[in-house]
Amino acid sequence: MEGVTITREIDARGSFCPGPMMELIRVMKTAAVGDVIAVLSGDRGSRTDIPKWLQKAGQEFVGVETQDGFDRIIARKVK
Amino acid sequence: MAEEQRMCMTVFNGTVDKLYPVSIIASGAVMNDMRVDIFLTFWGLMAFRKEAIRTNTDVSADYADMAGEMLDVMQKKNVAHWYDTLVQAKEIGDIHIHACAMTADLFELSKEDLDPIVDDIIGVGEFVDMANGATTLYM
Repeated sequence: MEGVTITREIDARGSFCPGPMMELIRVMKTAAVGDVIAVLSGDRGSRTDIPKWLQKAGQEFVGVETQDGFDRIIARKVK
Repeated sequence: MAEEQRMCMTVFNGTVDKLYPVSIIASGAVMNDMRVDIFLTFWGLMAFRKEAIRTNTDVSADYADMAGEMLDVMQKKNVAHWYDTLVQAKEIGDIHIHACAMTADLFELSKEDLDPIVDDIIGVGEFVDMANGATTLYM
């Protein structure tokens, strides 16, 4: 994701559904508006759950980069 | 304002293969901004006793032949303990855990015998009232 500065990265690789998503929700609660948070996840559920949660929570889904054996899911806190 | 979405789970079973879905589905409900009320009864309540909550390795008798393999795989893959998943979900979301008063009386359990994650001991009437209009699950 070029041009995006990551404020905080959560390494949730090795954690199973719903671990990575719950970690993101926890961090998002205390993050500042404008913070960009990346979650590293090898879990298949998070790949679809996280974007859905972001939409529901009114936060921004920046994108997902698939890397070797895991996803890097990026979110921005907008409110 | 939209009406609050709620989920009510009756947890009757105390085997770990049933307690994992309890904590994982409760997490999913938190993700969906739902209030969750969990009613622990019979073996479900026994599993929340202080001395059992982390050490219980019972698996449903129906799947007993796969129990060793299941626990082995979960340990090898470092799957978070169902209890830790529930603690995390409760920290983030609106989860209330109730002990069944009838079971507590029967087995002479007081609030002090139960893990502190349990909020209170309530009667079935109160829980059924909570369940009215909520998504209900029986585990």
